[in-house]
Amino acid sequence: MARVFTPKVVTANALLEGDVIYQTATGWTGDLAEAEVLTDEADADLRLIEAAQQTGHVVGAYLMDVDLSTESPQPAHFREAFRARGPSNYIHGKQEVARNV
Amino acid sequence: MSILVTDTGFAPDNWAEPIVTLGVANDATALDVPSDADPATIPLCDGLQLIRVDFPSSADGRGFTIARQLRLRGFTGRLRARGHVLADQYAMARRSGFDEVEISKELAARQPEDQWRFRANWRENDYQTRLRTHKPAKA
Amino acid sequence: MYSYTDFDAAFLKERNAQFRAQVERRIDGSLTEDEFKPLRLMNGLYLQLHAYMLRVAIPYGTLNSRQMHKLADIADKWDKGYGHFTTRQNIQYNWPKLRDVPDMLDALAEVDMHAIQTSGNTIRNVTADHFAGAAADEIADPRPVAELIRQWSTDHPEFQFLPRKFKVAVTGSPNDRAVTRAHDIGLRMVTRDGEAGFEVIVGGGLGRTPMIGKVIREFLPRADLLPYLEAIVSVYNLLGRRDNKYKARIKITVHENGLDDFRARVEERFALIRPQFTGVDQQMLSAIEAEFAPPVFRDAPVTAFEDARRHYPAFRSWADTNLTEHRAAGYAIVTVSLKAHGATPGDATSAQMRLMADLAKRYGHDELRISHEQNVILPHVHKSDLPSVYSALAAAGLGTANVGLISDIIACPGMDYCALATARSIPIAQEIATRFEELKLEHDIGPLKIKISGCINACGHHHVGHIGILGLDRAGVENYQITLGGDSTEDAAIGTRAGPGFSAEDIIPAIERLVRAYLELRSEPAETFLQTYRRLGLEPFKAALYPEARANAA
Ligand code: HEM
Ligand code: SF4
Repeated sequence: MARVFTPKVVTANALLEGDVIYQTATGWTGDLAEAEVLTDEADADLRLIEAAQQTGHVVGAYLMDVDLSTESPQPAHFREAFRARGPSNYIHGKQEVARNV
Repeated sequence: MSILVTDTGFAPDNWAEPIVTLGVANDATALDVPSDADPATIPLCDGLQLIRVDFPSSADGRGFTIARQLRLRGFTGRLRARGHVLADQYAMARRSGFDEVEISKELAARQPEDQWRFRANWRENDYQTRLRTHKPAKA
Repeated sequence: MYSYTDFDAAFLKERNAQFRAQVERRIDGSLTEDEFKPLRLMNGLYLQLHAYMLRVAIPYGTLNSRQMHKLADIADKWDKGYGHFTTRQNIQYNWPKLRDVPDMLDALAEVDMHAIQTSGNTIRNVTADHFAGAAADEIADPRPVAELIRQWSTDHPEFQFLPRKFKVAVTGSPNDRAVTRAHDIGLRMVTRDGEAGFEVIVGGGLGRTPMIGKVIREFLPRADLLPYLEAIVSVYNLLGRRDNKYKARIKITVHENGLDDFRARVEERFALIRPQFTGVDQQMLSAIEAEFAPPVFRDAPVTAFEDARRHYPAFRSWADTNLTEHRAAGYAIVTVSLKAHGATPGDATSAQMRLMADLAKRYGHDELRISHEQNVILPHVHKSDLPSVYSALAAAGLGTANVGLISDIIACPGMDYCALATARSIPIAQEIATRFEELKLEHDIGPLKIKISGCINACGHHHVGHIGILGLDRAGVENYQITLGGDSTEDAAIGTRAGPGFSAEDIIPAIERLVRAYLELRSEPAETFLQTYRRLGLEPFKAALYPEARANAA
């Protein structure tokens, strides 16, 4: 049986700030909702290679699974949910920024 | 052509004779030693003038111990580190007993001479020398 | 307490300048991430889930008030106003920015502190008994030796790129509070025929293949210490596996080659290295020892303490759990719990750090310690000062009377911060503590160590917890496995897996069933959880954990 390709987003940490970022069609964003969703495997591989080459800006790029059943892409795995939100013991990380806007 | 780094900076390699792979001949003047060699069994014959130890990756620190063991066994000839050695590892290499480091042009382009020269002061601030020879000021 | 020599200070200045240059070179592209990573790790800088993390060494866990104040200042200036004290006597900052890290390191250097070798495949921050120099049961203070090892291992040219990380712990007491048997090298100070020396233990470790260390030398004369350590690490550097990260620790090297073979290689290497050490190191050790001379203890009545104990139940309860016997008459060792019920184990705010620093200065001969159980210790407090110390602590949320009890939990950062985690550990610790606080049972339960790790790497020491909890990812859901009967002391033991794991919702009730079973099973209130477990074995506890299995079998 052929493996089904699930939708993906390229994610990494920013070199200078260290925070979680996602690839968009033209650059990077801190907001998963703005990320470029990749539904084609070859395309995803290519975009990952492109991301990994931007060593002056990002660290540790990889493909994460996203769930498209709602309006904007959601993390498919709880690890990515934490990366997208922040730790559970303090309101720090992205949730802190979200609360301040 | 590769580049030779010493305390004075970059220079072309000035060793002209063949370097023989460890285990091929016993009477070589120059030996190439891989990073998985056992330093206790490397033959230190009279005519041996240069030993070149390979660093396949900058994360592979075996060469430092190999150099140290060769020095402790009495080798006084030229000891060279070759391969993926970083400027930041230059002091470690010198302190472990190497005389010089041989790097590729590509690595030299990315890590230019001033970055290596920055560590030419490797004799300073060295805990090891101090623990072995220094007379403590506070006693 | 040791203060830096000019040499230490000059070294650190130079080292920080190097790291500043390395950060610049990473940013300008001279260094790739692959090349930069080992260099930043060597300086304690990780990249975690949400941000960078800086791990600062607190060598052998000892601090003075100035240093603690600086840690607080750094938390305010470059982090989010708090720090996390770890099981390896380090403090971690969870939110630094890459460009700020060189400044943070310079700030640390102002108070003789650094982040060197708190990470990476090198010899890590040396840990020691947190009651060193104060405990009544101590043979000798292990810190001078730990400081000597710090100097020897710092920037050691041969050992910056080992096959894997390398951890050394020292204890000077027969009651092992430094978990020496779970370290790459454990040193126990011993004497033989009046001569001081060490029992050398090698190849212990937790992680995915937990192993209890083995004795490689029963008695090593003091003066042979550095050459012998150097021989061990040198043999390991060449012999340790580099093909598989999970088999790269010295415990596997010793296991695969056999202790006798390993020992023979070490002894051979030792013979080669020994003449290098001409005794200068021993002179330095004597100089260091002089700096660790015990404070001048005062002789004063302890009636204020006795009175407070009699009249204030809260103080009595705290005194019963958080004090340890001191070697000097009239003194006590205070353990300040960083485990308020529901708080993150090991976290302290900058205000709390400052308060502890001020108390240490005023009442504690200016000394603080960090324990591997993630608490802070005031090692020398006169008993007459304890009521004042307690009320100040209590007012700042630091007066929790739970040291050694069920809510005094070790927990690693887990999935809330750690890039390697498979599940969270902090919320589990918070919920267990809160639950048992509600039940008002913890003093009745007595000594019980729960230790939680968020993945198989075992940073939370779960293998050696009386109850160990390991967080895993089972098909995309957090799942928690329980081990029972572990022990981190001189009778070190690896816990036994109790059975299938529990979901995040079910783990707290499972722990409660387990503890209630113990309360029923114990022969008398004085029999601890661990003693009951050792007497009865796994079965009755298993039955409590998995009641449905028993029902099915019936
Ligand atoms: C948050 C980032 C951390 C990372 C990425 C990390 C990584 C690791 C890894 C990979 C291991 C397994 C090593 C092996 O088995 O070869 C390990 C073990 C360990 N770590 Fe951590 N750790 C982290 C935090 C901590 C903290 C916060 C502590 C102290 C509370 C700690 C203390 C330990 C201890 C005690 C061990 C087990 C002992 C041993 O080395 O065998 N680590 N860590
Ligand atoms: S045990 Fe795992 S999750 Fe916890 S800190 Fe260590 S590596 Fe991270």
